[in-house]
Amino acid sequence: MAPVSTLPGFPAELDLLIGFIIGIGFGFALEQAGFSSSRKLAGMFYGYDTTVIKVFFTAAIVALVGSQFLSYFGILNLNNVFVNEYYVGAAIVGGIIMGAGFIMGGYCPGTGLSALSIGKIDALCYFFGGLTGAFLFAETYPMIEELANGSYRGPVKVNEVLGVSPGLFTFILIAAAIVMFWLAELAEKRFARPDISSEL
Amino acid sequence: MAPMKNKYMNPYLAGTLLGLVLLLAMVLSGRGLGASGGIKYCVVSIVGALDRGHADKSAYYSKYFENGQKPLRNWLPIEVLGILAGGFISGAVSKRLKFKIEKAPGISRARRLVFAFIGGLFFVYGAQLARGCTSGAALSGMAVLSLAGFVTMIAIFGSAYVFAWFFRKNWI
Repeated sequence: MAPVSTLPGFPAELDLLIGFIIGIGFGFALEQAGFSSSRKLAGMFYGYDTTVIKVFFTAAIVALVGSQFLSYFGILNLNNVFVNEYYVGAAIVGGIIMGAGFIMGGYCPGTGLSALSIGKIDALCYFFGGLTGAFLFAETYPMIEELANGSYRGPVKVNEVLGVSPGLFTFILIAAAIVMFWLAELAEKRFARPDISSEL
Repeated sequence: MAPMKNKYMNPYLAGTLLGLVLLLAMVLSGRGLGASGGIKYCVVSIVGALDRGHADKSAYYSKYFENGQKPLRNWLPIEVLGILAGGFISGAVSKRLKFKIEKAPGISRARRLVFAFIGGLFFVYGAQLARGCTSGAALSGMAVLSLAGFVTMIAIFGSAYVFAWFFRKNWI
């Protein structure tokens, strides 16, 4: 049963090759979506272009629904798929710092890499900033270790916290996404910037 | 120049493609997508090459060199190389390969580049703290119903909306 990498005798080298191929698909999808453009991404926060929320939630739901179906049919063992561990303070403070970086830089790390790959000079600066950020984190680690490792809750799932089944939560998430997509369309009309959109 | 329509892929189609790539990562490698983690491994590797003594003494770096490990021989940095290759292929197919500083007309090129650098610095710093960025924590986390993924996603987008007002001159 999948994940394939957990099958007995699976060579570790092959998993690295899979990583490279997954990366190609990831970079290709990001660039095709228009995420190699910082002004398109920033549109999400000023309302003139809401591609970000459409792509992001569609992707999350496709992977969520797909993995649950594969699990239901006994193809994928979800117990062997990594679930992010919840450190309350680190998730919230880290998220706030990332949001500030998003609006200043115009990219997140993945979209920045896709922009760098097609020759965006601003994305190259973003990448060097990213290297500096990782370096500063490592060097300041003793100071923020407490925040980084505090309030640990484990790999807790959102549906368990809400006391509903994974299927019901997925259904609610899909309904919420449809409402958000509709609001996104309204926002694009309300905050339309034909001068910016024509340049993207 | 006449405005080009449908230059990029339809967002719902691109989202489906991205979701299938994420699903494939879960099925093949039992993990989600990542980006900031690969950048971290690059830094760990550079620090190790420049000053191995510092890396071995540091509680943070040393764990990546234990038992003769090589930081770049990991899934994430190799996946990041793939992102660059995949983005390049997409840019070549859609004729978007071009050296360019993308910015709003009202700001200088220098201002755009400085903010891009600071933005990257903040984002990856925050991603190390939260153990993942928009891809590794938010997107991949949501796909496995991780509470951390949902909280990080809300924190990233909520914070960006709040700070958007302060940096509006850079974009609109």
